[in-house]
Amino acid sequence: MSTMHQGSRQQSRVLWNKDIALTRIRECLDREGPLLLILHALQEEFGYIDQAAEPLIAETLNITRAEVHGVVTFYHDFRREPAGRHTLKLCRAEACQAAGGDPLARHAETRLGVPMGSTAIDGSVTLEPVYCLGLCAIAPSAMLDGRVVGRLDQGRLDTLLAEAQQ
Amino acid sequence: MTLRLFIPADAGALAVGAEEVASALGAAAARQKVAVDVVRTGSRGLYWLEPMVEVQTSAGRVAYGPVAASDAEGLLRAILADGAHALRQGLTEEIPWLKRQTRLTFARCGVVDPRSLEDYRAHDGCKGLERALALGPAATVEEVVQSGLRGRGGAGFPTGIKWRTVAQTPPQQKYIVCNADEGDSGTFADRMIMEGDPFVLIEGMAIAGIAVGATKGYVYIRSEYPHAAATMEAAIAAARRGGLLGNRVANSSFAFDMEVRVGAGAYVCGEETSLLDSLEGKRGLVRAKPPLPAHKGLFGRPTVINNVLSFASVPIIMDKGGAFYRDFGMGKSRGTMPIQLAGNIKYGGLFEAAFGITLGELVDDVGGGTRSGRPVRAVQVGGPLGAYFPRALFDTPFDYEAFAARDGLIGHGGIVVFDDTVDMAKQARFAMEFCAIESCGKCTPCRVGSTRGVEVIDHIIRGENRAANTALLEDLCHTLKFGSLCALGGFTPYPVMSALTYFPEDFGAPPRLLAAE
Repeated sequence: MSTMHQGSRQQSRVLWNKDIALTRIRECLDREGPLLLILHALQEEFGYIDQAAEPLIAETLNITRAEVHGVVTFYHDFRREPAGRHTLKLCRAEACQAAGGDPLARHAETRLGVPMGSTAIDGSVTLEPVYCLGLCAIAPSAMLDGRVVGRLDQGRLDTLLAEAQQ
Repeated sequence: MTLRLFIPADAGALAVGAEEVASALGAAAARQKVAVDVVRTGSRGLYWLEPMVEVQTSAGRVAYGPVAASDAEGLLRAILADGAHALRQGLTEEIPWLKRQTRLTFARCGVVDPRSLEDYRAHDGCKGLERALALGPAATVEEVVQSGLRGRGGAGFPTGIKWRTVAQTPPQQKYIVCNADEGDSGTFADRMIMEGDPFVLIEGMAIAGIAVGATKGYVYIRSEYPHAAATMEAAIAAARRGGLLGNRVANSSFAFDMEVRVGAGAYVCGEETSLLDSLEGKRGLVRAKPPLPAHKGLFGRPTVINNVLSFASVPIIMDKGGAFYRDFGMGKSRGTMPIQLAGNIKYGGLFEAAFGITLGELVDDVGGGTRSGRPVRAVQVGGPLGAYFPRALFDTPFDYEAFAARDGLIGHGGIVVFDDTVDMAKQARFAMEFCAIESCGKCTPCRVGSTRGVEVIDHIIRGENRAANTALLEDLCHTLKFGSLCALGGFTPYPVMSALTYFPEDFGAPPRLLAAE
């Protein structure tokens, strides 16, 4: 788990594989209430939660597919399809709004040519809103993959976008 | 002689280049042939000075900030010569912004190495646990009751009463759950503790476990805080190795262990019952109370669930005594509150002070007004569910009851400052929109009413049937307030109604005349 907390490396691109998925699922079974742990593990492995994972998890945990599906879709973090090679999260919460976050969000959308919450056509970067990174005293803030950036202005944002679009 | 440098690895410092500064100073030291020992700390919370580098001197630590990587060579020469430097702030403890604080919960944050249990012990760590073990469970619970500590997450429920309720349940598997799902915009105190002084949280949770007879703890950390989760995991591992966690906590007969669980981006999981469902691996749906979590909490077992700051305040209460802590504060708000100054603010950061300091002192004197240099027009206190206060209410003392009396809340202690370019109708609309995005869906007023709220505000902004739509919005807010199970639906009316009440001109109505302006 700790590996997922670190770094700003390109996101993992292991293709969906049932056997790997089952191994990752079983690794979590000795923990109490393991479903979120399983979903995090699968997303770390494949970059998203493949639809084929839902019946596997349901069978292993002896719960219904609907319950698994409900959990996958409830949480903003879990993806139903792969993201771009990089993920750029822009904080859209009040402290960052107060510090000039709105025009920066519009600038990022214009530069990438897609609205917030979608992936650039070339698959380079997924642009997402995030509601608070806890960097409210150095607002506006962003996170590129695992790397946090504060005191964001248009220049710093352009640097991040260029890096993500490489 | 080895030069001892302290450079934060706090996410807020890293976000403005602390890592680059650390490498540049390392390289500069190699070139200038100076031996340096770099300690990576948490942040002192003076964020406008981050990245802040501190140097150990015979008189104490001297601070420099905000340091850029390009400053490294010159800075190192100035440090070695003990000479003048444009970024020199003098002795850290003497910086007025820090000196005027009362740091009880944050005493060690930014000072110690957060991954070293030895450093924690060397800075008065574990003393609260030792006294709790000496007093025994019942007296420990009473000490926390006596301190007057109230839940720092936002609701302000007396912590000791919660603990007593769990302690009185029959012996069985019980749990200690730490709510580290700090989702309120403008707050970062939990993150700072977890990244800067994680052992104080571990110690507080271990004391709670011993006090109520729980052997297992969980820290539920939001996924937006990867650095905090990594530091907590490292600290928990160190605490196990050092005998602070395990089958014999600090060589006592009590067992207590804990683990980190990471959330998945749902704001509502900061609500305690929703958090418990999420920990169980379910959708984070809010539960009706009763039953209270103290009776039927995690997996249906008696559970103490408290915020990071509540647990982190327990060790000093146990060390110095409940009366010591209770002597700070005013009215029914006892002790200190770690206040977070954020948004468009000149001197933003963590300001821990006894309850009673006024909003105006915090924003104008401590915070120095806006970073943009424009006049302060509104401040939102207590996160996305907190009210927007105009300058006319800046005499409000920071106190649970005083804010409630003015239809506001202090919540988790975040203050977000806006200058005069803010459009309050847009902020009110955002409050409804945020509620719509984050609603768990259990209560109809919240699930449906938030979306209708956005639409009604849009009608008002466009000037369509303004009087009728304003009355409709007030009615909708009333329904949300009294028809929702939790604070998400119940408190969303605070930012909406305060914006409408104090800033009617932004909604196309005549401005309100306020006597205190």
